[in-house]
Amino acid sequence: MADKIFRVNMTDLSTSIEDVPAEWAGHGGRGLTSTIVAAEVPPTCHPLGPNNKLVFAPGLLSGTTASNSGRISAGAKSPLTGTIKEANAGGTSAQKLARIGCKALIIEGQPQDDSWYSISLKPGEITISKEEKLVGKGNFAVVEDVEKRFSDKIGVISIGQGGEMQMAAANISIKDPDSHIRSLGRGGLGAVMGSKKIKFIALDSGDAKVEIADPEAFKAANKTFTKALVDHPVSQALGTYGTNVLVNIINEAGGLPTKNFSQGQFEGHEQISGETMHDLIVERGGKPKHGCHAGCVIQCSQIYNDIKGNYKTSGIEYESIWAMGADCTIDNLDQIAEMDHILDDIGLDTIETAVAFGVAMEAGVLAFGDSNEMIRIMTEEIAKGSPLGRVIGNGAGNVGRTYGITRVPVVKNQAIPAYDPRAIKGIGVTYATSTQGADHTMGYTIATEILGVGGKADPLSKEGQVELSRNLQIATAAIDSTGMCLFIAFAALDDSTCLPSLIDMINARFGINLTANDVTNLGMTILKTEHAFNTAAGFTNLDDRLPEFFEIEPVTPHNAVWDFTGEEIDTFWNF
Amino acid sequence: MRVQVKLFAFFREGRFIKEDKELPEGTTAGKIVDDLSIDREEVGVLMVNSRHCTFETVLHEGDIYAIFPVIGGG
Ligand code: SF4
Repeated sequence: MADKIFRVNMTDLSTSIEDVPAEWAGHGGRGLTSTIVAAEVPPTCHPLGPNNKLVFAPGLLSGTTASNSGRISAGAKSPLTGTIKEANAGGTSAQKLARIGCKALIIEGQPQDDSWYSISLKPGEITISKEEKLVGKGNFAVVEDVEKRFSDKIGVISIGQGGEMQMAAANISIKDPDSHIRSLGRGGLGAVMGSKKIKFIALDSGDAKVEIADPEAFKAANKTFTKALVDHPVSQALGTYGTNVLVNIINEAGGLPTKNFSQGQFEGHEQISGETMHDLIVERGGKPKHGCHAGCVIQCSQIYNDIKGNYKTSGIEYESIWAMGADCTIDNLDQIAEMDHILDDIGLDTIETAVAFGVAMEAGVLAFGDSNEMIRIMTEEIAKGSPLGRVIGNGAGNVGRTYGITRVPVVKNQAIPAYDPRAIKGIGVTYATSTQGADHTMGYTIATEILGVGGKADPLSKEGQVELSRNLQIATAAIDSTGMCLFIAFAALDDSTCLPSLIDMINARFGINLTANDVTNLGMTILKTEHAFNTAAGFTNLDDRLPEFFEIEPVTPHNAVWDFTGEEIDTFWNF
Repeated sequence: MRVQVKLFAFFREGRFIKEDKELPEGTTAGKIVDDLSIDREEVGVLMVNSRHCTFETVLHEGDIYAIFPVIGGG
């Protein structure tokens, strides 16, 4: 059965299952969500109003046996940034959607009354139901209850209290194979789901499978691809220490934003490092190596247990640990894991929320390093929607405006993650020019500037950085369309068999003949589509700038400032 | 001269996290890697005083020298 577009209208509670328009056929993941948002969402609409649409799309290879292909994309106009937005996550939903035969799920409109709803999808079937029981509940309770109603095989997409209250830092949760939570983290897409009054989406693919045009060729290409991933030394380190292996190296390079971006190194780095986390996990009987979806061969995720050996959280990333750790000067991994768990439950982006806390600390709302007060505010203020909770839950920029703080690390109102752009300049170009506000994953120049993967670039020099960021942003847009986890990029940058075998898989899946050039063009087209949406929404090149404090406050230890001119940044779009 | 040597990730196994070493003048970054029986092929990143360096870089009194295997994340 050919893939279809599943459409749900929340204004009149109608549904339809439609043929895929020809111009969408070659797209998946981010390419598809951005194409649909650009085609159907008025750029000037209110992100929380009836004219915004929330789109979910599995990647081109999701649902197949291709290694690491289980990433799901969600797109909409972002209530945090006002730009187009794509967030992606692991978990089981991409595979379920693809097997259901759903190329994209488009949710439009808005209920006229205060009722809440759930949606369930099966092959050829969409059901909308009223939901009362789970309203006001956190994501873990939702997953547990939905599994009881359907089965534990079900895919679940849900929002917590943050999304219900339409907070701009709200994320969308995706159930993983262990019934834990992965997040479509950035840009407040949970608020968009909340504005459409959808508490959860259940995905039941039964025993449906994805059709492969040329199974033999697919199998052969997957074998080559998998070998490239498994053999790459970065994959091996990711499986041992997780992405948190970065704390120590970014700290050493002087690019670990500390105490709300006032320093480039954190005294407590060793206590929150990947090395320490690995030892703690092993000591407490957790798992240092774990996949966010079946078929991941890198397994950067982990199971983190508390001091008594009970499950606490999983899939905790470097950027989350940095945000709750160095940025708030908290050097205790157990406290960080506790906060990670709470934020997963309430359904808030760990980066945005923790950076918002850092700004609140700067404002004197609470003291730097006071993790007990952070935990109290999360559970008693944010989850309950008190005024202070809403101030923080609406993101770092909002906290800065509320308390009159000027050191507010955001671009297009989205919090800057984990890498100081004064000391690591290429990533600053990505933050400035990304179509979605500050986001390291849009063009991960850290690989080249710091890690020496895919060439070398001096992190303190401006030379070549715009081009580096541009090339990576183009490649990333394409990878984000395949359903592949971005961590395949390390192998792709270094191993010449990796990308060709990925393209071979796409060709074998659909019976087409894409070339490497087509893939680069796809990446460029996606960026230009997103950029055009933002322009029509009122953004100009003057929005592609970092906050002023980066230019006037040097950061230790290099005493570096952000010294790109506007004209230099604007050359990014020369392609 | 005294140089502080720091190791990361699995380079720490059976070695150390941080150690002050007394070294002859002119010692290179690569020589220290060799003396630690670390395979140069496994080295991802070297930094002296928070700046990237190469195996040929000559160390000086008071330097802080960091040795990382090939790692990644994001
Ligand atoms: S490498 Fe990590 S993020 Fe990527 S698919 Fe595997 S577990 Fe998920």
